[in-house]
Amino acid sequence: MTDAATLFGLCAAALVGLGVYALIVNPQPLRKILAFNVVGNGVFVLFGAVAHRGAALGWGGDPVPQALLITGLVVAFSASALAIAVLLRLFDETGSATVASDPPEKPDADAGKA
Amino acid sequence: MTTTPGGLLLVAAVLVPFVGVLAGFALGGRNAQRAATLTILAGVGIAIAIVAAMARSDDDLVYLLGGWAPPLGIALRADGLALVMIPAIAVVILGIGVYARADFATPPGVREARAPLVFWTLLLAIWGSLNLVFVSGDLFTLYVALELLTFAAVPLVSLDGKAETLRAALRYLLYALLGSVFYLLGAVLLYGAYGTLDIRLLAEQVRPEPAALAAAALMTVGLLAKTALFPLHLWLPPAHAGAPPAASAVLSGLVIKGSWFLVVRIWFDVFPGLVTAPSAQLLAAFGAAAILVGNVVALRQERLKLLVAYSTVAQIGYLFLMFPLAFDAGTATLERGGALAGGMLQAISHATAKAAMFMAAGLVYRALGHDRIAGFAGIGRALPVSVLTFALAGLALMGLPPSGAFAAKKLLLDAAGASGQWWWEVVLDVGGLLTASYVVLVLAHALSPAAEPVKPRAPVSRLAEMAALALAICSLALGLAALGPAPLDALPNPLDPKEFGSALAVLAGGAVLALALGLRLPPLPAGDAAVAGVRRATVAIGAAFVRADGVLRQWPVAGLALMAAAIAFGAALLARA
Repeated sequence: MTDAATLFGLCAAALVGLGVYALIVNPQPLRKILAFNVVGNGVFVLFGAVAHRGAALGWGGDPVPQALLITGLVVAFSASALAIAVLLRLFDETGSATVASDPPEKPDADAGKA
Repeated sequence: MTTTPGGLLLVAAVLVPFVGVLAGFALGGRNAQRAATLTILAGVGIAIAIVAAMARSDDDLVYLLGGWAPPLGIALRADGLALVMIPAIAVVILGIGVYARADFATPPGVREARAPLVFWTLLLAIWGSLNLVFVSGDLFTLYVALELLTFAAVPLVSLDGKAETLRAALRYLLYALLGSVFYLLGAVLLYGAYGTLDIRLLAEQVRPEPAALAAAALMTVGLLAKTALFPLHLWLPPAHAGAPPAASAVLSGLVIKGSWFLVVRIWFDVFPGLVTAPSAQLLAAFGAAAILVGNVVALRQERLKLLVAYSTVAQIGYLFLMFPLAFDAGTATLERGGALAGGMLQAISHATAKAAMFMAAGLVYRALGHDRIAGFAGIGRALPVSVLTFALAGLALMGLPPSGAFAAKKLLLDAAGASGQWWWEVVLDVGGLLTASYVVLVLAHALSPAAEPVKPRAPVSRLAEMAALALAICSLALGLAALGPAPLDALPNPLDPKEFGSALAVLAGGAVLALALGLRLPPLPAGDAAVAGVRRATVAIGAAFVRADGVLRQWPVAGLALMAAAIAFGAALLARA
């Protein structure tokens, strides 16, 4: 019952799950960028599995998802490149790289006095 | 389906800005601004031509790329929704283009400066991507358009290259990528289930089955993350407040409308049959939370630009109130009626008013060298046009007649009344009061007399002031379209004398809220103990909102909120009668 498409689908689900987990819990931006790539690859693998399943016409595979997939890869690559560029610039400016929220705001200046 | 006469205009609307981008980079230096000026003029002409062509043919404009019809090919299609957005965006771009001439001119003696080159090229890139979002008829093309929009918007955040803005830009980019990967996952699931991504063909085929429901939930939540709907707004305040004013106007007025428009597109055009009453209510509930938290936190800000950024968080909430009001319980679908018209009107009204507000804030910052609201005394006399712009844009945001937001609010109130959803009427009215409160607070500071006259530290460009004022007036006069020909005369008449009283009531209510919750008030006469006690209590409430907002803007919390929202939408979509 486990044909190739199902296997690829399950792999895709695992990749997306792992990537989203890392994207949320990992504080370092570089790891977040890598995690985004893991999620993206999971989606692309799923697209490949979909292409295989959609090949009902006797072709080796549905060509439309493959064309879209290549476009998707280009978009994901540009996204990573842009993120890395911003990250490097941030590292140059500050010597550290974090996307943690801004330092805790000062307590309200007029809290408690009317 | 065939290409209609005038279909080529849609190609031009997308392509011309990108030709401008390439020309800007290729020619470099000062020529980037010249290329942008020419492109903006051409683009405004194209927007006018599209409106004229649609008025002539009274039907959608369609262009089939390469002559291939969907599902094999890709169609560009301009329908009523695109017809609203394309000219509105063109007007705002024109206003920002005029305003930015002072801030982003290449200095004399310099061959090429980084910030002007980047600003002018990316402004055009954002315009082209937005037009592509409006006219795409295909979910994958929309994905590419959305990514282009984000990639063009992120560098605008960190134009000044300071560490804090770089951090804001990185957070924006990473969260937006998380959102877009959710959207892409949904699109893949739809292709797997139905073998097409064309919006029209999908709308005929989608059934409430697991793949389609999962896709709807994932795509919606992904787009909400990109729109920064509360509680997925962690990136918006620092990004919009840190950018230079012209860039903030682009980001707040235009960029978020791209992903918002896509939510409208998929809910009304792809999944109208999948939407359930709970899912529509959930979407608007996020909107209501955004209005409440965004407005109260805006009232507690020390700096004007952060106040305006939080005002955007709140106004995004408004844009999502139309969904349950457009839901027809009888047929269990979303209807294109008054509620949708109200929502679209709200969007273009916000685009113009918010751009004007950020521009006015930028002018004040330039003149004073700071934007601390408590230090605004006397600027009403020193910078009358900027303060007037802020006031007019504020009136437009509150929804006072004759603004476009007024007509939008009336349409939404009518839809709420007709479907018996009184709770959304309450949200709409309370939102107006809260908006009024921070506008009143800022104006109270700006108009209070200073001990000695304020001398602007830097000259303010007259042209920039006029551009901001013109956009504010555009927003305020949008409601006057009701006096025009059919079908615009279906809008409520803003000159009804009855409206005057309710407008005054909104302002008075806003003033009371500002007194109760405002951060730093102008000196008040010493009140009695009871008043002081009430103020202490309300201030504690306001501080609690600020703390809650701070927690929600932590990265792990926002990530979990995204997952929780996806699950909640999935469950709400499953709950069908």
